[in-house]
Amino acid sequence: MADEIKLMKGNEAIAHAAIRYGVDGYFGYPITPQSEILETLMAEMPWEKTGMVVLQAESEVAAINMVYGGASTGKRVMTSSSSPGVSLKQEGISYLAGAELPCLIVNVMRGGPGLGTIQPSQADYFQTVKGGGHGDYRLITLAPSSVQEMANFVGLGFELAFKYRNPAIILADGIIGQMMEKVTLPPFHPRRTEEEVRAECPWAAQGKISSRSKNVITSLELDPAIMEENNIRFQKKYKLISENEVRYEEYRCEDADYLLVAFGSSARICQKTVENARAEGIKVGLLRPITLWPFPSAAIAKYVGQVKGILSVELNAGQMVEDVRLAVACQVKVEHFGRLGGIVFTPDEVLQALKTKLL
Amino acid sequence: MELNDIIKPENLVYGKPRLMNDNPMHYCPGCSHGVVHKLIAEVVDEMGMEDKTIGISPVGCAVFAYNYIDIDWIEAAHGRAPAIATAVKRLNPSKMVFTYQGDGDLAAIGTAETIHAANRGENIVIIFINNAIYGMTGGQMAPTTLEGMKTSTCPYGRNVELNGFPLKISNLLAQLEGTCLVTRQSVQTPAAVRKAKKALRLAFENSMNKKGTSVVEFVSTCSSGWKMSPEKANKWMEENMFPFYPLGDLKNV
Repeated sequence: MADEIKLMKGNEAIAHAAIRYGVDGYFGYPITPQSEILETLMAEMPWEKTGMVVLQAESEVAAINMVYGGASTGKRVMTSSSSPGVSLKQEGISYLAGAELPCLIVNVMRGGPGLGTIQPSQADYFQTVKGGGHGDYRLITLAPSSVQEMANFVGLGFELAFKYRNPAIILADGIIGQMMEKVTLPPFHPRRTEEEVRAECPWAAQGKISSRSKNVITSLELDPAIMEENNIRFQKKYKLISENEVRYEEYRCEDADYLLVAFGSSARICQKTVENARAEGIKVGLLRPITLWPFPSAAIAKYVGQVKGILSVELNAGQMVEDVRLAVACQVKVEHFGRLGGIVFTPDEVLQALKTKLL
Repeated sequence: MELNDIIKPENLVYGKPRLMNDNPMHYCPGCSHGVVHKLIAEVVDEMGMEDKTIGISPVGCAVFAYNYIDIDWIEAAHGRAPAIATAVKRLNPSKMVFTYQGDGDLAAIGTAETIHAANRGENIVIIFINNAIYGMTGGQMAPTTLEGMKTSTCPYGRNVELNGFPLKISNLLAQLEGTCLVTRQSVQTPAAVRKAKKALRLAFENSMNKKGTSVVEFVSTCSSGWKMSPEKANKWMEENMFPFYPLGDLKNV
């Protein structure tokens, strides 16, 4: 059968991709600008087609703990929310990381702090890649810049989450969630059978069968010597992920004198900036981190010696710019340009900022 | 009967449940937790559900429940056990799922999760230990602490003007359409233990018969937190807790 091309919102693409990927459960609470994910799932009634469970929880706190419960039994489970709701989920995210549970979280970011605005923003970068919840943990962070990637990253997120027994998060924003684009939906995968879940997740709480001792899902360990060992194990895992799972995309960087670094919807805008700059004779390239953690530091560091300056373009007051600076270790000038609180920059605004700050 | 006859297996009248292991319990002498653990282990075994049972342990004294009963367990964040149990049961409908929660976990920090899981009629069992105090953190006031009762955070006794009233959460849960059994039990005498075990068995059967949420509250003692001998704590419970939290079925449909 030919690929099915559809026109839909990024949020809807996530919902359809989840059903097609064979996700076992979705638990969510309404919040703008991502409510279409829960709405689409409820309208599609996947429980009748694939047996997927969809439940509207009483709060974001309950939703993330439902994810914790489902993940504890080895199921593919996910939740989605937007910035204020994701703040509420941080307790559960820390527990998921501490208990080494695979799951997928989606944050369709809006402007903050506080209740903020329902307009798009990228101000949850720090929260997502630097912590958010308590303790030394990391989230595998995927930043889609198209509706197609919203669909693709559902499968990729689960694949990475189960490979490393670690939560993965899609860090999108209100633009990607709300805009409509052509999308080729992934093919249908059947949900895993009970036996397949047991085989893939021998650690899961599925009921103690006589051939093994009991499985206990917990993040608790009162003996500090063992707790340190647990933390060292987590760090080893994070190192492995950093070495193997960095993803990024380069656009017209080969001959660039200046480099833009931008993720998500900002990267889409910066693509146009690159073209406009080159029309004026300024050789600009764009590096788009796809994984925000692990961060493509080595890929950015390669441009030391080639480019005269780097501009980190973000819909925030300057968050990813810190990682860009760390990547090049002050060997090249790095500046930040952003708009705040739900305002989105134009390609020419970005070009103007590049000229003012770097030329 | 000679001693050699008495110790023959066929003459045994009591034994440690098969699913209880030999780990030394961290519970204080006189604490009700151990008895309730034993009842769970017995009921799960007698129902032949060892390989299908998933327990959710709370934050509180019973956080380590998973160390004592040899079934699969999930350790929850404080108060979130009913949300976790919801997903475990919905994603694994053939499994027998229960939460084990104290009064702070269930009736303070986890009130929303408790009420909404029960209101959805999740086919789970909620086991509720009500000893009117926070045991693990060293004896602070609980939502169920009685008026006038002294704890480390109401050292002059619970003052309802300052702290509000003790919460009869089981009465509240009994009002919800989603619950099929809400019962208050205790385990301070052999007769009470036998009765409590029956209630627990019914609750677990309800969950497998898709009847909705069953809540078994155990009015319990905390001799350490109450600063009483186990014997005195039992008496104090009968005299003070039972009048406010009367035993028996609040709902059984």
